[in-house]
Amino acid sequence: MTEMQKLYLLVPLAPLAGAAIAGLFGWLVGRAVSHWVTIIGVAVSFFASVLIFQDVMAGHTYNGSVYTWLTMGDTRLEIGFLIDRLTTLMMLVVTFVSLMVHIYTIGYMQEDPGYQRFFSYISLFTFSMLMLVMSNNFVQLFFGWEAVGLVSYLLIGFWFTRESAIYANLKAFLVNRVGDFGFLLGIGLVLAYFGSLDYATVFARAPEMANHTISLIGGQTWPLLTVICILLFVGAMGKSAQFPLHVWLPDSMEGPTPISALIHAATMVTAGIFMVARMSPLFELSETALSVVMVIGAITALFMGFLGVIQNDIKRVVAYSTLSQLGYMTVALGASAYPVAIFHLMTHAFFKALLFLAAGSVIIGMHHDQDIRHMGGLRKYMPITWITSLIGSLALIGTPFLAGFYSKDSIIEAVGLSHLPGSGFAYFAVVAGVFVTAFYSFRMYFLVFHGPERFREHLGHGHGHDGHGHGGEPHESPFVVTFPLVMLAIPSALIGYIAIEPLMLGDYFQNAIHIAGSHPAVEELGKEFPGAAAMALHAVTTLPFWLAAAGVGLSWFFYLKRTDIPEKIRARFSVIYAILDRKYGFDEFNDWFFAGGARMLGRSLWKGGDVAVIDNFFVNGTARLVGRISSLVRHFQSGYIFHYAFAMIIGVFVLMTLFVKG
Amino acid sequence: MSGLPLLSLVIWVPIAAGVAVLATGSDRNAGLARVLALIGAVAGLVVSLPLYTQFDAQQAGMQFVEISPWIETFKVTYHLGVDGISMLFILLTSFTTVLVVLAGWQVIEKRVAQYMAAFLIMSGLMNGVFAALDGILFYVFWEAMLIPMFLAIGVWGGPNRVYAAVKFFLYTLIGSLLMLVALIYLYSKSGTFEILDFHRLPLSMTEQVLIFFAFFMAFAVKVPMWPVHTWLPDAHVEAPTGGSVVLAAIMLKVGAYGFLRFSLPIAPDASHALSGFIITLSLIAVVYIGLVALVQADMKKLIAYSSISHMGFVTLGIFIFNTYGLEGALVQMVSHGFISAAMFLCVGVLYDRMHSRQIADYGGVANRMPIFAAFFMLFAMANSGLPATSGFVGEFMVIMGSIKANFWYAFLAASTLIFGAAYTLWMVKRVVFGAVANSHVEQLNDVSPREFLVLGLLAVAVLGMGLYPLPFTEVMHQSVSNLLSHVAQSKI
Repeated sequence: MTEMQKLYLLVPLAPLAGAAIAGLFGWLVGRAVSHWVTIIGVAVSFFASVLIFQDVMAGHTYNGSVYTWLTMGDTRLEIGFLIDRLTTLMMLVVTFVSLMVHIYTIGYMQEDPGYQRFFSYISLFTFSMLMLVMSNNFVQLFFGWEAVGLVSYLLIGFWFTRESAIYANLKAFLVNRVGDFGFLLGIGLVLAYFGSLDYATVFARAPEMANHTISLIGGQTWPLLTVICILLFVGAMGKSAQFPLHVWLPDSMEGPTPISALIHAATMVTAGIFMVARMSPLFELSETALSVVMVIGAITALFMGFLGVIQNDIKRVVAYSTLSQLGYMTVALGASAYPVAIFHLMTHAFFKALLFLAAGSVIIGMHHDQDIRHMGGLRKYMPITWITSLIGSLALIGTPFLAGFYSKDSIIEAVGLSHLPGSGFAYFAVVAGVFVTAFYSFRMYFLVFHGPERFREHLGHGHGHDGHGHGGEPHESPFVVTFPLVMLAIPSALIGYIAIEPLMLGDYFQNAIHIAGSHPAVEELGKEFPGAAAMALHAVTTLPFWLAAAGVGLSWFFYLKRTDIPEKIRARFSVIYAILDRKYGFDEFNDWFFAGGARMLGRSLWKGGDVAVIDNFFVNGTARLVGRISSLVRHFQSGYIFHYAFAMIIGVFVLMTLFVKG
Repeated sequence: MSGLPLLSLVIWVPIAAGVAVLATGSDRNAGLARVLALIGAVAGLVVSLPLYTQFDAQQAGMQFVEISPWIETFKVTYHLGVDGISMLFILLTSFTTVLVVLAGWQVIEKRVAQYMAAFLIMSGLMNGVFAALDGILFYVFWEAMLIPMFLAIGVWGGPNRVYAAVKFFLYTLIGSLLMLVALIYLYSKSGTFEILDFHRLPLSMTEQVLIFFAFFMAFAVKVPMWPVHTWLPDAHVEAPTGGSVVLAAIMLKVGAYGFLRFSLPIAPDASHALSGFIITLSLIAVVYIGLVALVQADMKKLIAYSSISHMGFVTLGIFIFNTYGLEGALVQMVSHGFISAAMFLCVGVLYDRMHSRQIADYGGVANRMPIFAAFFMLFAMANSGLPATSGFVGEFMVIMGSIKANFWYAFLAASTLIFGAAYTLWMVKRVVFGAVANSHVEQLNDVSPREFLVLGLLAVAVLGMGLYPLPFTEVMHQSVSNLLSHVAQSKI
């Protein structure tokens, strides 16, 4: 094993070791050791990732196996790593955000009795996510895929005595399983037709399978790759919370805030985006699948944004914004702009982790009150949280020069260059989404940090778990909380400016991402690219910029200037408000149709099939039949004369009828 | 290869230990009975280990063969041997027996010696079922292993145990008799009871179909396949924990094993012709039973239905006739042995404390029993087929195999990803999570060191097999490909 290979192994194993120590021996070693051992584990992982990044940039990619997991007949399934430019970028993002979240957790969870368990889980999550992104085959991808789902389940239900939390985590797991159902079938078709689950082998054979068709229903044939890609994308819809499998993400806010930042904003939910980018050699061969991806992404980007407008829970506003931004990434994938999607994934990871952690800091300051209507004017009390939140919000809405601007603007441009069916709608959705995003982001920002200080009437009524003391004015959070905010604010501001050039000129990903010649969006973007500074200056003349500005302006007008207007609008458009408030009715429908339907079906199969037909009719029936015949016979021997007489008369009637008719 | 008659040892060591335990007599010597039983169970495990370590994975045929005349008039022989298909089940049986002895250590207070003896003797007899290569010898072990199980349910069972035992008996009786008829017919055609000779015996299609159905009745009841499954939930509910563990972990497997040892090789043409029928029943088991499991209020019933659903994967994997499916079925059988044993033991841990199996009587157990909750969570995830647990491996392989046969088989089978998670985790939510539900839950104590050992051993097995299943499949490749090529040849 070479030095680099040892380093590759170290990246996932260091967090795993931390998770094992904190999880199995946390009760023995105590709180401080538990957080140190996990933080050191993730830090080691991060620095190893930096070294690997440098090595990969020097031109050393790696594709090799660690051990043979299983042989099925002649098929070998390996656990192994593919280290290329896509992987190494993901490794950096995952380990960096994870490290920040680990540090932040010391402050956020300091009084929670499940302290060690929490550290164990987030390190285990980091391990799972790294195994997912570093995989060189579909099986290990599925491992990581399900493992992050498991840890997400454990963390959403971290406060397991709360009914809402254990409802949310079950829902999240099951909705993800619906996605995994499609994903596993997609993997199955890959194995059945390609005879391998190794990326390199499958991708190499993909072009020759491009014209292969399979028949699914009756005699209808489908292009094989379209079926495979759509099934794989169903998996991505689950993990990356795309319509209509988005329903789990808002409820996952029941988990502690650090994991909302790590799992439900920065990393796990991006697994679907990463997977599609990784599978670009397959998706590029099916325009139907790309169209589906783009339309689903567009629906998510726009319609989930609307829901953010009416949320009052600080974390839920950020959660809907995450849904919407994941929709942007998906649209970019559909437009074959994989590098742009990954670019937005990266910038979003920084500013969304920042926004979540800042929201957590506000929640600490507000003594665990999460209702933005109860806040206001917090900038005086929480200056670091305020400034970093402002940077995060500006980055999110796409302010020129900040990170989100470069990635989001590139997405809009790329979609504009796409000619696939659905690209017109997608373009409208991503452009309109800019206004919506700016509006709800600054609605939250103004309500929390500016305006009158409403918290005095509400302090002491804070909900949430016990722990931090109640009462008193909001206060700035401790250093372990503000330090990660600052560390995340820096890339939120700068990473776009730095990274746009290598990404746009198209040489960063090299052969890690494959784009067919017939999908020139990224290439054209690269040709038109005028340089990072010029791009930002030029933006002032474009529609998205003014839409964002209008969104900020309108929210300022509604929530700081004329605070009576939103209430009037709500009253005037109560139907629309009701639809948004019920989240388009998906939750009710799913609860009624799927959950209720499955229970009803189960009950009727059980009572009707097992109990009534099989047990009562067949099993007990045999015995009962004997009993019934004997009891019938017994009835005839009742001993009463009129019974016999009655029977004789009936008998004569029957005989006469037969004879007469005959 | 050592000169020891290993297969005889794995059969007779536990039986001899059982007889010795029985000899300790009344409950005054309960302590001695327990120690003797543990020694016997561990000795049984120790003598079965060489079956794996000395197994030649390159060889497809029978190994560790022992043969000697038994009833010469009818050419019945005492013929034992294992191949890559049966060997793992002997290990699984011996391993499970150790767990059952440990699990019953303090819980069983009356008739300790008889209880321990029943399970030791059952262990030897079940090993006999997997090792027998003579039809009559197989039949004798097959019938004999039921006696200790009837006793276990009848003596140490719940209030409704007589109904459950009779139902089990009714189901089993018809199947067993038909199997005996089939064996005698095969004897009359071939002049021998050698199973391996039956494999080579040419048979017409009509004969094959009749023989197939005769065996089918015996094996389908044991698996159990839908619609002859309704004895299982009742038997589990009434059985003591140890009985449930052996029932789920081993006894269900003898049915599927029977398909592999008898139905497929003896009636290959009928097996192919009727595969659609079996696959349909298997998929009904996966989907229908998955939905039924969802609405169970009794934890043991829920796990029993879950077992039926998981065994649907086994029969599906066998009857799609490809390597992935067949190896997947075998892996699923071993894995289900671990997981169902673990799930029943977990319910046993709760039952011993609360004397209730109703989900509604629990809630918030994790508050009082965090270590138990962690184990329960692990096994529940394994039951839901989470990767890195053994539960994933078999399901994955069978789904991969069935997609080769027909996309829609895989589609229906993969629905277990959703249903399996739904019924298992919904139970976990209601039992383990939440606030402490009542004063009984409030008084719960976490697992004892003995319970920790039992669950810990199973946790190692479940995770080990999930992370590194290669050692399990390596030994079966040759026998499986041999079986598949045998089944591919027509006998008509």
